[in-house]
Amino acid sequence: MQTWSLVSICVLLALVVRWGVSLNSYSGAGKPPMFGDYEAQRHWQEVTYNLPLQEWYFNTTENDLMYWGLDYPPLTAYHSLICAYVAKSINPEWVELHKSRGYESPKHKLFMRATVLVADLILFIPAVVLYCLYLTDGSSRKKVSTLFCFLLYPGLILIDYGHFQYNGVSLGLALWGVLALGLGWDALGSLAFCLALNYKQMELYHALPFFCYLLGKSVQLGLMGRGLFLLVRIASTVLGTFALCWLPFLSDPDHAMQVVRRIFPVARGLFEDKVANTWCSLNVLVKVRYILSSDSQIYLSLACTLLAVLPSCVRLLTKPTFWQFKLALANSSLAFFLFSYQVHEKSILLVALPVCLLLNDLPLVAIWFLHASTFRGLTACAGWFEAMWFTVALSKHDTEDMKHDASVSEGRSAGALRCDLAGLPVLQHLFTVSTGALFRGYLETGSLPQAAFLPPQTGPGLDREMEVLHQRRGHGGSELCDCRSGSSITSA
Amino acid sequence: TVTVMAAAGSCSWFPPLALGVSLLKCLFINAYHSTDFEVHRNWLAITHSLPVSRWYHENSSVWTLDYPPLFAWFQWSLSHVAQHFDSNMLRVENLDYVSPGAVLFQRLSVVFTDGVFIYGATECCRCVQEPKEQRDVLSRPSFVLAVLLLWNFGLLVVDHLHFQYNGFLFGFLLLSLAKHLQHRHLQGALLFSILLNLKHIYLYMAPAYGVYLLRSYCFTQDHRDGSVRWSSFSPLRLLALGAIVTSVCALSFGPFVAMVRTVLSRLSPLRGPLSRLLGPKLLVPVQRVHLKLLEEAELPRASMTGGLVQEFHHSVLPSVTPSVTLVCTLLSILPALLSLWGGPRGPRAFLRVLLICSLGSFLFGWHVHEKAVLLAILPLSILAVQNREDAGTFLVLTTTGHYSLFPLLFTPAEFPIKVLLMLMFTIYSFTALRKLHSGPGRLLRPLEYAYLLGLNAVAITCEVALPLSPWQQTLPFLPLLVTSVYCSVGVCHSFLLTQPSNDFTNIVTCELNTLMNVFIIFEEYGTLQLIIEICLFGRFS
Repeated sequence: MQTWSLVSICVLLALVVRWGVSLNSYSGAGKPPMFGDYEAQRHWQEVTYNLPLQEWYFNTTENDLMYWGLDYPPLTAYHSLICAYVAKSINPEWVELHKSRGYESPKHKLFMRATVLVADLILFIPAVVLYCLYLTDGSSRKKVSTLFCFLLYPGLILIDYGHFQYNGVSLGLALWGVLALGLGWDALGSLAFCLALNYKQMELYHALPFFCYLLGKSVQLGLMGRGLFLLVRIASTVLGTFALCWLPFLSDPDHAMQVVRRIFPVARGLFEDKVANTWCSLNVLVKVRYILSSDSQIYLSLACTLLAVLPSCVRLLTKPTFWQFKLALANSSLAFFLFSYQVHEKSILLVALPVCLLLNDLPLVAIWFLHASTFRGLTACAGWFEAMWFTVALSKHDTEDMKHDASVSEGRSAGALRCDLAGLPVLQHLFTVSTGALFRGYLETGSLPQAAFLPPQTGPGLDREMEVLHQRRGHGGSELCDCRSGSSITSA
Repeated sequence: TVTVMAAAGSCSWFPPLALGVSLLKCLFINAYHSTDFEVHRNWLAITHSLPVSRWYHENSSVWTLDYPPLFAWFQWSLSHVAQHFDSNMLRVENLDYVSPGAVLFQRLSVVFTDGVFIYGATECCRCVQEPKEQRDVLSRPSFVLAVLLLWNFGLLVVDHLHFQYNGFLFGFLLLSLAKHLQHRHLQGALLFSILLNLKHIYLYMAPAYGVYLLRSYCFTQDHRDGSVRWSSFSPLRLLALGAIVTSVCALSFGPFVAMVRTVLSRLSPLRGPLSRLLGPKLLVPVQRVHLKLLEEAELPRASMTGGLVQEFHHSVLPSVTPSVTLVCTLLSILPALLSLWGGPRGPRAFLRVLLICSLGSFLFGWHVHEKAVLLAILPLSILAVQNREDAGTFLVLTTTGHYSLFPLLFTPAEFPIKVLLMLMFTIYSFTALRKLHSGPGRLLRPLEYAYLLGLNAVAITCEVALPLSPWQQTLPFLPLLVTSVYCSVGVCHSFLLTQPSNDFTNIVTCELNTLMNVFIIFEEYGTLQLIIEICLFGRFS
């Protein structure tokens, strides 16, 4: 069968599954007074449509920030505004100021679900398809199976179509950034990533690898010649994009500062309930929240995060290849997830995206992690353990302390995410079945070196294996080795 | 050509395919369901809370039990599980009862009883002849067949969105067909008689079964030229067949022997004017449009509730009696039956005749629902993976037949699902069959391609353009009409394509062709007339 038909079948199946999940209930359905994320998104449409731009981020008589106040960067607000215009043209009641609070109806649900699907269709899905077709190696069959796993990743589908959010937009934009970088269009890549950053501040999890990769590349090209030119071009792109996104807020510095304060709410505390990260697990032993002041908590988490990110960033700076970039993306987002301040459990999606990028190269590790990350919804500690293990494997950290933490966290009662996501078990199994089948296919066809399937004992072990893998592929005369040495840009 | 049977152990791809589609079905639990949901819930209640003697007399709901006794027993056994989900759904007086527990149970019961279908599909895949050279999985005939059966768009839509137990029933049919393909005729006959006692719509296929078993099983030898050797008749075999069929029927109807007339009248499709069935029309699509309209369009007529259909008398065209449709049906399948008697060529010829029987009755039968097209599509899948001509027919028939199911789902929330699933299945069947029959020559003639491409235009017109246009107010059923007429052309065409083409039947086929053309012209005429009537009077006369 031709690749196009397999690809289109994969995409169609992914869309069917997405829409099938969205037929079920959303978070906070019929639960006044606050409802849930669905109401938050609807409320933002109401606010952005009815209030002047100056009031969006301020607590005014018309805009009660305590009721789902806007706390995402401007691009989210613009997106809400566009959706609000469409909503207004269909049914003005949906966005009526104040009166529409807690509005729920089957038609409105259909509209909201459709907006998510449209956003996914425009941004996320094309990026995934292009990434899998152009930036993964192997036969076309293998590319399609990577695409299949990527598109069916249950975590994203459940959060976006079950729970209700627009993670597909920010992740899609970030993926466009990765895609452009992989194809060598550095300015376009940084443009796409800046848009992602301006859609959701959580994209900061991915920012360091982007920065280090582009800086490293410029340095490699020579800071006196072409490198400088590249650096200037990228810098002006970034500045221009940010300026455009923030243009309406720049006239008044106070206004801009208020937006920033809304985006980074430090008052919420070190961690939320039952997040599978270090602080939450450490809480069993040491009550960091009560010992340290909130300022020192911030500094502590910042220091830990930076420390965890440092090795992969330094490596990326010295060796800016696309392969290193992908690894660093996974590593950095995991480090942020584990150590940074005020992590929400949904942030695991930011880790899942770079891990999905590695599906083709490290199938076992990636799929193991992706399963765990979805399962995290049910048992936080298992997910934590997997996440831990993954970061250990990738970044060669001092493993002793972390293993200790992991064993501690297992003793903790598993805090369950409020599981109003009806499709979770179904989707999880759908994903398991599909990935299991593809795995068997891999093994039977022997297209992957067996080394990739051996569970790495420690971090350096994995690295050695990667070396072996690299060499074996190189000696085998296959074109697969290119991606490791960074020449995928040219080969693509 | 040297062929090998697919080894049973080599199907490692089968479980993921089956499990994957089952999980996909689970996603549709909270989707739209039609009145058939209430029909089956009511049957659960009847069989659970009433004594057996009252099953076929109970009529407090309009959805009286009108399937054969074995299906009633099936519902009875399901009801024992149902009481653990929600016991209120098992009370006869709780009409139109819907609760999350009831929905979950009914949906899951369809998903789980589909196990029979999955088993039937495995058996059919084992009967497919594999080419000797080792191809990759995706282009193996057995794999393609498994996908075409398990992921069939029509079954997914009718069973898991619209709500029915067709998968369970088709499971028995596929098993029976597989047994015949393996030359285990007695088992095949047993399964088919069970199937008949589950749902009597499969009577349409009975002529093919009867002729085939009589000719190929009861007569053990042929002459050189393929004609029957009368002296080889084996009375023992006939007795065995008879015993199987009568014992199954006795088991099924036994408990109801005192009221067999009531049961039969319930089963009969010719019940009075306020039955679920529709008045006679030779014009099949128009007839089906009527049915659709009355089921789903909210016409301001007090006497109509969803699914209950009154008898209509067309003002200009002559009304056709059931006996006429019966004669038409028999005439349409006669040439195929004769050719099966004249020169049997194994189980595959039988399969083809079976197909003609279901298509013939679909086209000419009395009160045919569009769901009945599945009776032809599923058996044709088995032929399509093995024969190039059949693959072409399959593409025409499935695409039009599946598209004709579109009006079943009219709610906006399910619109993306039907479109996406249909696209998925169509793209797969086209590319996979083309790859499978990748020799010289094409699967479809240019005109057929044009026709199928035209389906896109019809789809856009009927699903998007017309509902948004002002005509939606004056002619709310125009899309249904257009869909039905356009699809009927494709179904008629594939009916002609399946006709056996030896010397014996050539003449008959030609005549049939003429008949069909007249039929199609009539159909257009009828449609036109209907539109004019609607325009003039604003409603049906």
